[in-house]
Amino acid sequence: MEEKRKIRVLAAKPGLDGHDRGIKVVATALMEAGMEVIYTGIRQTPEQIVEAAIQEDVDVIGLSILSGAHDYHFPKVMELLKERGVPDILVIGGGIIPEEDIPALKACGIKEIFGPGTSTKDIVKFIQENVKPKG
Amino acid sequence: MAHFDPSELRDAYNTWGKSVEKSLNKAPERKTEFVNTSGIPIKRLYTPLDLEEIPYLEEIGFPGNYPFTRGIQPTMYRGRFWTMRQYAGFGTAEESNKRYHYLLQQGQTGLSVAFDLPTQIGYDSDHEMAIGEVGKVGVAIDSLKDMEILFDGIPLGQVSTSMTINAPAAILLAMYMAVAEKQGVPLSELRGTIQNDILKEYTSRGTYIFPPEPSMRIVTDIFAYCSKNLPQWNTISISGYHIREAGSTAVQEVAFTLANGIAYVEAAIKAGLDVDEFGPRLSFFFNSHLDFFEEIAKFRAARRLWAKIMKERFGAKNPRSMMVRFHTQTAGCTLTAQQPQNNIIRVAFQALAAVLGGTQSLHTNSMDEALCLPSEEAVQIALRTQQLIAYETNVSDTVDPLGGSYYIESLTDEITKRAEEYIKKIDEMGGAVKAIEKGFIQREIQDSAYRYQKEIEEGQRVVVGVNKFKVAESIKSKILRVDPRVREVQIQKLKEIRKERNNAQVNWALDRLKNAAEGKENLMPFIFEAVKAYATLGEICDVLRSVFGEYQPAVTIGR
Repeated sequence: MEEKRKIRVLAAKPGLDGHDRGIKVVATALMEAGMEVIYTGIRQTPEQIVEAAIQEDVDVIGLSILSGAHDYHFPKVMELLKERGVPDILVIGGGIIPEEDIPALKACGIKEIFGPGTSTKDIVKFIQENVKPKG
Repeated sequence: MAHFDPSELRDAYNTWGKSVEKSLNKAPERKTEFVNTSGIPIKRLYTPLDLEEIPYLEEIGFPGNYPFTRGIQPTMYRGRFWTMRQYAGFGTAEESNKRYHYLLQQGQTGLSVAFDLPTQIGYDSDHEMAIGEVGKVGVAIDSLKDMEILFDGIPLGQVSTSMTINAPAAILLAMYMAVAEKQGVPLSELRGTIQNDILKEYTSRGTYIFPPEPSMRIVTDIFAYCSKNLPQWNTISISGYHIREAGSTAVQEVAFTLANGIAYVEAAIKAGLDVDEFGPRLSFFFNSHLDFFEEIAKFRAARRLWAKIMKERFGAKNPRSMMVRFHTQTAGCTLTAQQPQNNIIRVAFQALAAVLGGTQSLHTNSMDEALCLPSEEAVQIALRTQQLIAYETNVSDTVDPLGGSYYIESLTDEITKRAEEYIKKIDEMGGAVKAIEKGFIQREIQDSAYRYQKEIEEGQRVVVGVNKFKVAESIKSKILRVDPRVREVQIQKLKEIRKERNNAQVNWALDRLKNAAEGKENLMPFIFEAVKAYATLGEICDVLRSVFGEYQPAVTIGR
């Protein structure tokens, strides 16, 4: 019997922000839920993130920013994904993101924003329900 | 000392214990096991029996006396309250200068500068990596020009200023010195702190630039320079705060902070400095988290342990070299986006723990910090929280009021021992730098962070408003927005600076710095010279990058 392809996730930290506790906790929880997770480390440019997502053939990109620079970096990642012709990757975000900023982020294609206090179980569930299986 | 016979007390204690065990069938306790965040089991009751093994004079002693468990000054807050110091800074130097004037008017007694990420990582605002980040988490400083604006109207001879700056600490300190010179304030009168703690950047905070070895050289150059020229300046703030925020336990916070401290002391001694020359200017920075008594005991344990390390391991003779003088900030990671007003209460308890633990200065977080940068109103409540503790509760009227508590003393002792074990382990690996290179400290912190999150999700750890006592709410706050044009403003200023300054002089100063970096001379005088010629932060860091290279972290997640 052929084994089902595991969901592949790129956990990414765009910008200069070094707060990586949250993304590491989420990445570990996703791994424990049976997903394959590639963590980029901090200080990634949107270009590096999109390149890594393509190279690693991921189903999901999880972005995390706590510095307030989401207003630049998140839309930039979405723009580059479209440019590179890979608009079908599920992109989600997290961090310190004011409620007021969420509609604009969703409008550019980010499927969900998870703020402080989110249970990792909710993130696992969201990914399982929303990822489009590849191949 | 005690009016009891130990064997009689032990018998009575056992009798009492048996009778309690019997009643547990009818009235069980809330949990079968009570354990704090550091994994220390908490007993039902502590008695004089718990202090039998803790010799008072050797381990506890008097405030102002070795090993300083009860505090570093003999009168503590009966003499003067702690310094109330709120970390602040955003946008341009002009905006932050206004906020500092506001905070000083509100009765704050010291300044604490937050720099934006490009500044902390050594990029000018016009650098490609700075896009989206300029002015966001702190003030943007590109050159001495910005620093002059930042401290405009603030007499540097009269305030003490703390600067959260690490990899480029030498450069920002040099800029501060240059502003002081312009104000006519002698360098010997400057009081303040640079964080300058690069080791915890590799494990917990992320604003490193250079690899460990040249970074340690910059740190020790600063120690040497300041011991001669800025005798009142705290040359480093060895920080457990960020280690804790990254997810460590209280014991790990003490252990990893002091292990880093040991690495700095060793590096300075290796560079030829005398331990009592730089030792008195080392300062510390701790977190104040939720577990009230554990935190108080943690501060006391850190003091005792560091005093012993400095005296016994490094042979310090000056008692000031053995003192842990520390700043505290309440734990940002405990603030919730849900029901944000609850954060006022959390911060109040954490601030009280810091005061009962004998802190020298304190930052209280604002209730809206899980959502955004703090608003002026939220900052005021946070500052008032400290003023309330100081002026209304009278907890400061006696020194170390919890000293002698069976529980606190027992917990202080236990934290000391467990932290010592960790330090021993790190010593066996070859010290903190090696333990970081191996990823040991990072992994320990990550594991604790994950365990903490699991405990919340499984309901063993209650977070009010998050996994219990929830309400339906829309999370809104009065948001302080950084003007998106900050980067353009800074780029314009950079253009003007580069046109107005004497570029030949800048290049000469940068060349001299490069030569010094390639050799062994102390870098501070060369950085000071470059800064005064209005070389930018990015230009100076680029010179150092070209000589030292950049740190490449090993990325690890999972087990």
